[in-house]
Order: sequence, then C-alpha cells, then structure tokens
Amino acid sequence: MPDNRAQIEVSRPAQGVLCVHLGGCWRVAASQPSVEAIGRQIGPPSDIKTLFFDSHRLEGWDSSLLAFLVNLKKFCTRMQIQFDPGGIPEGLAKLLALATAVPEKTDARRQDARESVLSRVGVRALAFKTAGFETLTFIGAAFTAMLRLPGGRARFRQTDLALHIQECGVRALPIVTLISVLVGLILAFVGAVQLQMFGAQIYVANLVGLGMAREMGAMMAAIIMAGRTGAAYAAQLGTMQVNEEIDALETMGIAPMEYLVLPRMLALMLMMPLLCLYANFLGIVGGALVGIVTLDISPLAYFNQTREAVELWDFGTGLIKSVLFGILIAVAGCMRGMQCGRSASAVGDATTSAVVTAIVLIIVSDAVMTVVYNTLGI
Amino acid sequence: MSFLKPLIEVVNLTMAYGDFVVMRGLNFTIQRGDIFVIMGGSGCGKSTLLRHLVGLKAPARGQVVYDGVDFWGSDFAKQNDIMRNVGVLFQSGALFSSLTLAQNVALPLEEYTDLRPAQIREIVAVKLALVGLAGFESYFPSEISGGMRKRAGLARAMALDPQILFFDEPSAGLDPVSAHRLDDLILQLRESLGATVVVVTHELASIFAIGSNSVFLDPQSRTMIAGGDPNALLAASRDARVRAFLTRGEEDG
Repeated sequence: MPDNRAQIEVSRPAQGVLCVHLGGCWRVAASQPSVEAIGRQIGPPSDIKTLFFDSHRLEGWDSSLLAFLVNLKKFCTRMQIQFDPGGIPEGLAKLLALATAVPEKTDARRQDARESVLSRVGVRALAFKTAGFETLTFIGAAFTAMLRLPGGRARFRQTDLALHIQECGVRALPIVTLISVLVGLILAFVGAVQLQMFGAQIYVANLVGLGMAREMGAMMAAIIMAGRTGAAYAAQLGTMQVNEEIDALETMGIAPMEYLVLPRMLALMLMMPLLCLYANFLGIVGGALVGIVTLDISPLAYFNQTREAVELWDFGTGLIKSVLFGILIAVAGCMRGMQCGRSASAVGDATTSAVVTAIVLIIVSDAVMTVVYNTLGI
Repeated sequence: MSFLKPLIEVVNLTMAYGDFVVMRGLNFTIQRGDIFVIMGGSGCGKSTLLRHLVGLKAPARGQVVYDGVDFWGSDFAKQNDIMRNVGVLFQSGALFSSLTLAQNVALPLEEYTDLRPAQIREIVAVKLALVGLAGFESYFPSEISGGMRKRAGLARAMALDPQILFFDEPSAGLDPVSAHRLDDLILQLRESLGATVVVVTHELASIFAIGSNSVFLDPQSRTMIAGGDPNALLAASRDARVRAFLTRGEEDG
C-alpha cells in the first residue's frame, strides 16, 4: 500500500524564500500535519520573507487542506511573511480567497475568557434576585387576573376552560386510578408487616385511611398532575412563545395572563380536589384489597374500622392541600412556559423546570401545611 | 388638522437587551398614509425596533409617541386603546395553532366587537378572501404552507381594519410571485383603507416598489445613518454603506 497520507516538506530554494511542498491525500478523515510544524521550520529568528507552494505531489484535498492554508495564511500575516498562493490548485486558491475575503468581526465572537470565582458568584446571585423578582411579578399578575374573574371582566374563551378541565380531569383518571390503588396497596403492606407482630392487623385500615385522606391522596394526585399537566402547560405556552403567538395576543390587546394562564389555573384548581377525593377512595380500596386478601379481615370489619378511624374533616385537610397544590402546579407550569426563551431547547428546559419547580413546591408546602395542621390540632 | 401631525414619532430611542445596546439615538417620524420601511442588514435590530413600536418591549431610553401620546409613559388602558388601532403581521404568521384559520381571524372581532356570530363569519370570509385564502376557513395552521400561514396572519392583522399595519419581513420565505402579490396587497390596503404601513424588510424589490419613507439602521455604528424615500436615497445618498445596501453591493464602498 503506497503511503498517501497528507504530508508537507519545506525547502529553501533561495535566501529568504520558503517553499512548502504539499503531498499526499488531504482528507478530513485522516490526520494532518499542523501549521506549527512549518512554524518550527521557520524558527523565531526568521529571515524568511516569502512563502510559496508546490503542489505537484498533491493527490487530493478537501476542507481540511483549506483549513490548514487559512491557518497558515494567518500565521504568515502575524509573522509578516508574504503569502504567495500561486502554487496552490486553482479551485483551492479561490476558496482560500473567499474564506479570507471578509475580515473577522472581532466584536461578534463571544468572550469565553474565564471569569473569576467572585464575579461568577456575583452573577449567579444577581440572576437569583432577578428570578425571584420575576416569580413575584408573575404571581402578582396571576392574582390580579384572578381578581377580575368575579366581575366577569377576565377575558378568556369558555371553550378553552372546558377543554382544560377535560384534559386535567377526566383524561387524568386512568393514571390516577393506577397510582392511588398501588399507593394504598403499598401503605397497607408496609403497615401489615409491623402490625401483624402485635396481632393488630385491623389497624391497617386506620393507617391506610388516614394516610390517604390526610397526605398521600392529595400528594400523589399532585405529583401525577405536575408531571402530566404542569409539563403540558409549560410546553404549550413555551411553544406559543417561540411561535410569537403570545406576542400576537399582546399586540391584539388581549392579556395572555387572562386568556392563557387563567383558564389553565382555574381548571387545575377545580379538578385537583376532585382528583384528590378520587385518589383517596381508590387508595382505601387498594388497602382494603390487602387487608381482605392477605390479612383475612372481613370487608365489613375493614369498612367499619376505616369509618371509625377517618373523620370527615380528615378528607377536608387533604382537599385544602389539593387546591393549594393545584394552584402551585398551574403557577409553576404557566410561569415557566411564559418565561420560555425562543428556541426548541428552551421549551425543553421550561418543561423540565416546570416539573421540578412544581414538585419542590408541592413537597415543601405539604410539609408546611402538615406542621400548621399539627400546631392547630386539626 | 390631525393629518398634518405625524402619526408615530420616535424620539431619541435607545434599544437594549440588558447591558447590550442594540441601537441608540433613533429619531424619525412616520406620517399618516406612509409606507414606512425599516431596513438594514441582517441582525441589525430591525425586528427589535418593530417590537418597540408595537409595545412588546420597553425602550431603554427615549419615547415612542403615537398621535401625540407617549406610548410607554401611558397607563395600561391607554396603551390598549392605542394598540387596538394597530395590526401586526409577525415573521412566521404567529397564528394560534389550536384554532382554525377562521377562529384565528375571528378572535379579535369577538374580543372587540358586539357582532353576531353570523356577521363575524361573513367578515372572516371576506378577510380570508382578500388574502387569497377563501375556502380554507376550517384548516388548522399546521395544515397549510408557510406562505399561506403568513397570508392568514395578515388576514388576522386586518380583522379590525386597523389604521396602522406592521409587517415583520412579509416577503421572507415567499416565492417571487407571492411576494409581488403581497406588495400589491399592501399598496391597495393603503389606498382603500387609508392605512399607514410599517414594513421591516431587506427585500430590495419590495423596498423600491412600495416604500415612501424609510429609516436605515447600521449595525456597525449602532444607529440610523439614513432616512427618507428609498428611491431618493438610491439617487442621492452619498453614504457608502447605504449605497452598497441599495445596490446589492455592486457599488461597494
């Protein structure tokens, strides 16, 4: 196999003149000599004034040779050596002229100089402040839009509201069913193992009933809806932002806050308590399955035990939480969507951020609510 | 006589994203009935200027004055009143993807008028017919081509018969015949509706065919370097950058 790798040799046919012999096949795929190799040949105390080419042994070339020549030309300019493109193949010479015709726009290239740690911390802190301010602004705007609702002054399409209610209500039932039955089962299994040691398996009904009604029903429904609907809101509004649809609404004098955000918030606020109630009952059914099948508790005994353990108000505490979670999910989803940048990847970021924000808010507010309930003794 | 007063006045406008100044010191007036062209090379801030004019982005400094009223100094209700007389055609049409073409055009009519649904349907049909889209009422934006989307966006922008129409790169992405038809449409709109038109474009053919006044933005000096009737500019301007732009670079520098 003949050696046709890209290669360069240099010779000095005369005083102050350097001839670069290009040889072999210059293809992007193979490795190539670097400009530094020639730089070393010239050496810092240089008497070279002119540089020209001999390409008789050049077998083939593509952009890799062009890139090499562009670099070499820059190098020559820096070293104040005259660059004579005469010996280069004609097509290549034209490309080279084209590539160097428009001078580089020096202020367009991004500065990627390393910032000091202090300035980076400062920039982050300022960004945090801005983000906090934006969040407050959004919440304020959402709240004022909400206030316009009672007088019927908030403008949005009734059909939109109906669609959103359908989307985050009926359409969410299958997944909520599956998850809450399983959560009920899991709670019952975990409790049964411990309670059986004391012969108190009947108290599985208390554990599941109270656990679902006060905590898990609202929480699981909220987390499902954050992943399902919160993400969908962020993606919808983000895409509308990319597509200039939100700009179009604003120039029509229609407030996006009322037209887009309000129906979504309302839909979630209305549907979350219903989903929560539904999750509560299915979780209890899941617990009952475990009690009846594996712990030999009769259905009637399980039902009675649950009824004694769980008061109506226990469902009330869960429902209050679920309304709050609904607002948080809608605010997180819509806010990230409205803040979305104008590219496809920004929509992805907005969606991710919406789900993360919503789940963090749900867990934190749940903890706060639980402490508050506990302090109030309810 | 309001006819003598300029419709839109831009006073010492500075546009910036954060600390990055896009353009500074912009001063120009748009007269009633003008077809005003905002021109300049790619990325010089033409669309940003449009966003300032239509109330989407607040200026860093300076004023946008509509009919003697400082837009950014007014309260929200007043801004809304001003914008009601304005129609905007965005670069990609910006149709609402969840609504059909008819619903898209009907939206501003439903919001701002008390017309009966049947009347709205008639108006929508006429507007769509004006832009050559009769029969496409029940199509969704995703089902039609980019050029059709742009024309549907125009129909929506015209829905309320606005006094001022803004176009963001109307002929970008259109074939030459459609682009020419759009130019004709713009001229007819001005004549029949008495509308004032502001166009962001760098299509030379359009600029010379329809423009009656203009502003030329230069990205290097970050300000406007010329203004006036584009044809007069071509004949008389001595600025090399303006000449290079208007002659497609044939008179370079």
